[in-house]
Amino acid sequence: MISAGVIREDILRMIHSAGSGHPGGSLSLVEILIHLYWKEMRIDPDNPRMINRDRLVLSKGHGAPALYSVLARRGFFPVEQLRSLREFGSGLQGHPHMQSLPGLDCSTGSLGHGLGIAAGMALGLSMRNNPGRVFCILGDGELQEGSVWESAMSVPALKQTNLTVVVDRNHVQLDDAVDRVMPVEPLAEKWKAFGWEVAVCNGHDPVDLARAFSTKTGKPLAIIAETVKGKGVSFMENSALWHGRAPDDTELQKALEELK
Amino acid sequence: MKPTRQGYVEGLLEAGETDERVVVVDGDVSRSTGTIAFKEKFPDRFFNLGIAEQNMAEYSAGLALEGFIPFYSTYAVFAAGRAWEQIRTSICNMGLNVRIGGAHGGTSVGPDGATHQALEDIAIMRVLPGMTVLVPADSNQTRQAVLASLNIDGPVYIRYGRNPVAEIYHREDTVVPGRGRVLRQGKHASVMAVGTMVSAALQAAEILSGEGIEVSVADMVSVKPLDVQLIKYLQDISGIIVTAEDHQIAGGLFGAVSEYTSENRPCRVIPVGVADSFGCSGTPEEVMAYCGLTSDRIVEKVKRALEEG
Repeated sequence: MISAGVIREDILRMIHSAGSGHPGGSLSLVEILIHLYWKEMRIDPDNPRMINRDRLVLSKGHGAPALYSVLARRGFFPVEQLRSLREFGSGLQGHPHMQSLPGLDCSTGSLGHGLGIAAGMALGLSMRNNPGRVFCILGDGELQEGSVWESAMSVPALKQTNLTVVVDRNHVQLDDAVDRVMPVEPLAEKWKAFGWEVAVCNGHDPVDLARAFSTKTGKPLAIIAETVKGKGVSFMENSALWHGRAPDDTELQKALEELK
Repeated sequence: MKPTRQGYVEGLLEAGETDERVVVVDGDVSRSTGTIAFKEKFPDRFFNLGIAEQNMAEYSAGLALEGFIPFYSTYAVFAAGRAWEQIRTSICNMGLNVRIGGAHGGTSVGPDGATHQALEDIAIMRVLPGMTVLVPADSNQTRQAVLASLNIDGPVYIRYGRNPVAEIYHREDTVVPGRGRVLRQGKHASVMAVGTMVSAALQAAEILSGEGIEVSVADMVSVKPLDVQLIKYLQDISGIIVTAEDHQIAGGLFGAVSEYTSENRPCRVIPVGVADSFGCSGTPEEVMAYCGLTSDRIVEKVKRALEEG
């Protein structure tokens, strides 16, 4: 198992080096991705297109730095490549671009697309009796996109149980707190009403995450992972300002000190 | 007379027979577009996702990622318009093998009125990187467009109509992406048309011929990639081109031909199409007349161009 601190340090260094990016929503994702890539998903870094692998669709594609760090630390590509985030010619584009980097199962970045794509993938897998499962991570602000609910309605209707949704419930979006921009609650009730089994957990607690993922159900599972935007760096936590801003040299040093 | 949608369904059934990867994603219009026939024949490969075009486009992307060839099928105005950004950012950006069947294209939906008449779909599909755009003229050609799409790498938009149209093609006349077809040759001007306007162009050529004016008629079924060799060939015969399409003048076939000629071989290109307006209710013939989509309008444009020189 990798330590969350290593991933968080990667994220901060990458975004600092790139001069732009989304630290808040990357830092909130860390433990969710660690759970998926070290405990949950059947994957083979030496064979990233393995036919019966589990797939991930990071619908909140702006969390790319967290995913890139996890993929590199898991062995899909050299860790040194992380420094090239957002550079011209790099496979680490600002938002995930699957043709450019091994380990990506889908290009994402436009909010509201990922769940439907994940559902289509899951449907394709079950049509071929492929045991691969699909995991889709949504942001909480993203739930304001109507297309998410078109997809949320269709997955239980098609009895797709090989798909799991994780909502990174970090409570903050670009402009402000989610509840102040456009409230999305009651979240658990909404997903239940659409026909999903819901598990709520602490998205930074590996044990609680494992419990949520192991929920037994005959329905598609939606995990609402309560997280903290900017988790691990005091001045970034719960701050809309750090949704899409790169730390300068001083801020990076301060943040890295806190992570130690 | 046969509706182009019939050719779409015939093509789908054949494609489904020959290629197990073919699936249909429909949005509650299967009785109207006829894809219900695919459902009856291949119930495990037909998915009605309800009235939710964005989700349909996304499911199609996901199915294509898993190696299927989904035909995402609904009315053109919604297929292309409602889910445009899903098509752009998910389907085209990943270069996925999704086929978009835009039914009821143009003014052919007649009585349904402006909301349901897709007059901008060719333009908004044509600008998307990697998208092939096919606009067949009759039922046989629509069937062939569906079959041709199976061999195209990347996304394809097939735009077809609703109502019976005159049969122009034989069943075996193939559609080749990047290739148009000269249906008639004449030295005074060239009419380049797509969809239902191919038939109007042939009628116009007949009328003009009666007055001693001979025009070529080319079916530009492949709006993208455009058959530039055919354009060059016809330009060598006459320097006057009239385009005809059941679509806005801006951005469709007129746009495509003008872009090519203005950069490479400047000449007069004169549009027959909808002039920055919406349609209305009426029979397809009434609406087409109201929008200026007639053989008479083509005749008039050719004559005026010849007078102006």
